[in-house]
Amino acid sequence: MNRKEIEEKVKEFLIEELEIDEEKITADAKLKDEMGIDSLDFVDIVVIVERNFGFKIKPEEMAGVDTFSKFCDYIESKIG
Amino acid sequence: MNRRVVITGMGIWSCLGTDLETVKRSLYEGKSGIGLDCDRLTYGYRSGLTGIVESPVITKQMLDRHTRAGLSEEAQYAYMASRQALAQACMDDGYLLENEVGCIFGNDSSAKPVIEASKIMDEKHDSAMLGYGLIFQSMNSTVTMNLSTIFHLRGVNFTLSAACSSGSHSIGLGYLLIKQGLQDVILCGGAQETNYYSMATFDALGAFSVRMDAPMMASRPFDRDRDGLVPSGGAAAVVLEDYDHAVARGATILAEVVGYGFSGNGCGISQPSDVGSMIAMQRALNDAGLSCNDIDYINAHATSTRQGDMYEAIALDRLFEGGRAWISSTKSMTGHECWMAGASEIVYSILMMQNDFVAPNINFENPDEYSAKLKIATSRIDTHVNTVLSNSFGFGGTNSALVIRKVERLKS
Repeated sequence: MNRKEIEEKVKEFLIEELEIDEEKITADAKLKDEMGIDSLDFVDIVVIVERNFGFKIKPEEMAGVDTFSKFCDYIESKIG
Repeated sequence: MNRRVVITGMGIWSCLGTDLETVKRSLYEGKSGIGLDCDRLTYGYRSGLTGIVESPVITKQMLDRHTRAGLSEEAQYAYMASRQALAQACMDDGYLLENEVGCIFGNDSSAKPVIEASKIMDEKHDSAMLGYGLIFQSMNSTVTMNLSTIFHLRGVNFTLSAACSSGSHSIGLGYLLIKQGLQDVILCGGAQETNYYSMATFDALGAFSVRMDAPMMASRPFDRDRDGLVPSGGAAAVVLEDYDHAVARGATILAEVVGYGFSGNGCGISQPSDVGSMIAMQRALNDAGLSCNDIDYINAHATSTRQGDMYEAIALDRLFEGGRAWISSTKSMTGHECWMAGASEIVYSILMMQNDFVAPNINFENPDEYSAKLKIATSRIDTHVNTVLSNSFGFGGTNSALVIRKVERLKS
């Protein structure tokens, strides 16, 4: 899966499953403050990522992952 | 304190319809909501018969994602029924934010999320794979925890589990709390899941009808040739309110709850009892200050099982002694709505009161030696219905009886 495919898949589940408005999803958008993703959403994101990308997010690896772009970077690093 | 308790709103989501008008029409026409669910047979049930209940469509405009994620199937039904009840009672968000309203619902299982969580754990061995919503779906109190959150309910708040009497006891308990002056308004009701996970253990008892070639004729309470009950579900909600409180805010009064009776059989876990049934009914009548002859209509518990119907018929015969009240079991059309039944049957009875008819006990073709002594409405009876006794009996010998009556329309 290349970078573009990762971004498309992440964007898709943010819109479809977390019901985030598409216009809020930009490369530098802050996951929490601008996209409104809260701690309860992260509980579901762990499940969704495992289903879509085949690995389990480790919370300690998420420190500093605060934008859409960094989140895609993190996924790319795990499956690349 | 001994206050009068009235019903000022009601809602229904059942196999007879998902709004009051449709349900009234089904009751009036004696239309069955029973069908065949072949998935149950594939899953391994002995009987594929069930009430066919429409799945609610709850959009993101109605509830946010987090709230929807925590709604079990029965909580979805209860949400839809409660919206109707609160709207009819003219209690909008503004009212609910300003005034204390309680919430008591009958519910006695939430099998699907429990089984789904178990399957995920068996496969993944990691609780992080369960996600956010399942905990709020899987507890028995899923209905009241969700409704109280959604509707800003800040009064009494708990779920009542009493098998197939749950919905009836919830109204009885709400009635007692208001009567005693502890609450002014309580949203009460009952909810019942209908997914195929939820009833396999009940099917295991061989208690379900297997008349699968004629689903709408399968539920036949009191009939000689009955062969078991048909499971069903959905939700029913009523807004219980102190009479003076309702009058002061100009609410329309649908009916008054005048009596609640209860008892335990104290014998076999699945054993009905004529004595226990009679004690509950007599207590409800005493509480209401009424005699048997004051009752116009009895909504029987009768589920279409051989034993249950027989014991209720014996109890009704001994207590009413061929009295004037018409008797029918709406379960002949709905199937057995289990945890929800006691609440839905109050809604059905009020619809009859409002529209001057007794709904038929459909499929009652031949009496047995016990039901032959009862005044059963084999077809719809067009008559005034002012006072109703509604019975609910459950596993473990938990019995509940409610008496409601019509209240003359308030003069403005």
